[in-house]
Amino acid sequence: MSEILKLSDFSVSFDTPRGDLHAVRGVDLSIAKGESIGIVGESGSGKTVLSRATMGLMPSTATCTGTVEFKGAVISNLSRAEVRKNWGTGMAMVFQDPMTSLNPVRRIGSQLMEALIVRLGMSKDQARARSVELLERVRIPDPYAAMKKYPGELSGGMRQRIVIAIAIACTPELLFADEPTTALDVTVQAQVLELLAELRQEFNMAMILVTHDLGVVAGQTDRVIVMYAGQIVEAASTTDLFRNMKMPYTEALMKSIPRMDQSSGQRLRVITGRLPDPTTPEPGCSFAPRCEYATDKCRTEKPPLVTTQTGHQYRCFFPIGGSL
Amino acid sequence: MAGSGKLHLRLDSDPLLIVQDLVVQYKVNRKSFVSAVAGISFDVLRGETLAIVGESGCGKSTLGKAIMQLPRPQGGTVVLDGVDITALDGNDLRDVRPKVQMIFQDAISSLDPRLQVKNIIDEPLKVWKKGTAAERSVKVDNLLNSVGLDPVVVRDRRAYEFSGGQCQRISIARAIALDPVLLVCDEPVSALDVSIQAQILNLLQDMKEKLGLTIIFISHDLAVVKAVSSRVLVMYLGKICEVASPDDLYARAAHPYSRALIAAVPIPNPDVIVKRISVDGEPPSPVNPPSGCRFRTRCASASERCAAEEPQLQEVGLGHFVACHHPVTN
Repeated sequence: MSEILKLSDFSVSFDTPRGDLHAVRGVDLSIAKGESIGIVGESGSGKTVLSRATMGLMPSTATCTGTVEFKGAVISNLSRAEVRKNWGTGMAMVFQDPMTSLNPVRRIGSQLMEALIVRLGMSKDQARARSVELLERVRIPDPYAAMKKYPGELSGGMRQRIVIAIAIACTPELLFADEPTTALDVTVQAQVLELLAELRQEFNMAMILVTHDLGVVAGQTDRVIVMYAGQIVEAASTTDLFRNMKMPYTEALMKSIPRMDQSSGQRLRVITGRLPDPTTPEPGCSFAPRCEYATDKCRTEKPPLVTTQTGHQYRCFFPIGGSL
Repeated sequence: MAGSGKLHLRLDSDPLLIVQDLVVQYKVNRKSFVSAVAGISFDVLRGETLAIVGESGCGKSTLGKAIMQLPRPQGGTVVLDGVDITALDGNDLRDVRPKVQMIFQDAISSLDPRLQVKNIIDEPLKVWKKGTAAERSVKVDNLLNSVGLDPVVVRDRRAYEFSGGQCQRISIARAIALDPVLLVCDEPVSALDVSIQAQILNLLQDMKEKLGLTIIFISHDLAVVKAVSSRVLVMYLGKICEVASPDDLYARAAHPYSRALIAAVPIPNPDVIVKRISVDGEPPSPVNPPSGCRFRTRCASASERCAAEEPQLQEVGLGHFVACHHPVTN
């Protein structure tokens, strides 16, 4: 299986007035060609920082350590200008908020054509023709008219389709989708997810889907990574993760969501407390203060990331269902 | 649907709130209006949680605000506790206001970031002259305690120092300060993380039981609605599609739109293969709504009758009403 992206001991910290804020801590991750991976976790768990840092989209206050390999070549030590060469054709990103990720004062057509002209060296006419095709592909009704519109004239669902069209314009091999449907209605969300799945098949595109919605992950990914306080706390194939959760945090997250397949009027289970302060590292397991199974060992010693024979990874001394 | 009708009203059970033929229009330009709420009737029994669900732009928030007369609806009546508040004005209307309170989606921006928490919660008490400064201070502490915040820690801090979940707790404390009978919650948890969302939903449930509140819960999240509501009203383009108990709605939705909405919710279980009922496109513009049934342009079972005649709410099961010419049966 050929890897498209490999992170080794990857960490990101930010220089803040309160000291170094460790947003991502020692992540090892590899993604195969055409694979779809879900990254889930609460706000502040480091999932967005992880995906943006991988693409090299970090402000100057951030320090990244560890290595990022893209298609076998290390890209983490490259300059910004060199990393940029991978954008569009190598990797691309769909951002969460379609209201702010498009330029409000440029027409849709010019925003779409930009990548085609800059990255693929197309002429204006070629780029225009290809843009119309792309708009058709993401099912924008009347693409010729849409080319001349400004983002403000389109609905949220339409804008997110445009953002997806821009991201796939140069047929990237790896697509980062950071909460691509969080801002959308359920019916539109279903359409956008379907579209992403189709495009992934068509171009054999790998995808990293960052989301807090376990429902979205269940239907769209091959493998799921659960992040907590900047670390991977559980990783497994999607079916294995949902059938056979090991990490108490994943279980708590699952139990706290209201579900359609449960009877109405039930009280929800709550994860008490909050994520730990990312500027002060805790001595033990970072989830211990909120964990219902925590013991003294959890509070004083850091659990290592254990890998089972089936490739299920978890970071817990007392996994659910016992250790293997 | 998008239909009309009043068959679903339960006027003989003395509802707390009776809304009839409510119309809210906004001016689009000099000539045309958009009816965000186009003749809606519903009632809420005492102690009930009525959920209003629908896509963005269906008029659910406008409906919530219109109940509070913000702004005044263009037509219809809103009867709260036997008083028609659409007929009131000036001081009479002002006297009714404390009875209905609202919680908004974006808790952080619905609190003044520069005010101290104690002043945010004290403000309604002060405006309504509820006791001396010392009495109010005790009341503020009690309110903070009741929403799970430690008064000693939070009362002197300012709103911008708090997270979204904490701000939502402060909003709830402010909303219940004047002992309302009806709480209108407009997407109270949609901006929150899943773990925080559960805490706030449970808190609302506790408050409801403790204070005997009646709640109108506006949301686009059908899973959340299932957990909290006792009756669900599905809206589409300013009209009602279906009214049912949550168990009825999720097990046997009769309106094609409700079915599609439910089928679109992703289930957190990879073994469940959801048969998606496709609704293509997005809702049409409410400036120029389709004739007859407003959902017909996206509906798979639409017929000529749907274009010609607006469906009326009809009873398809006990307490289960649908406005559709071709209701789906199991």
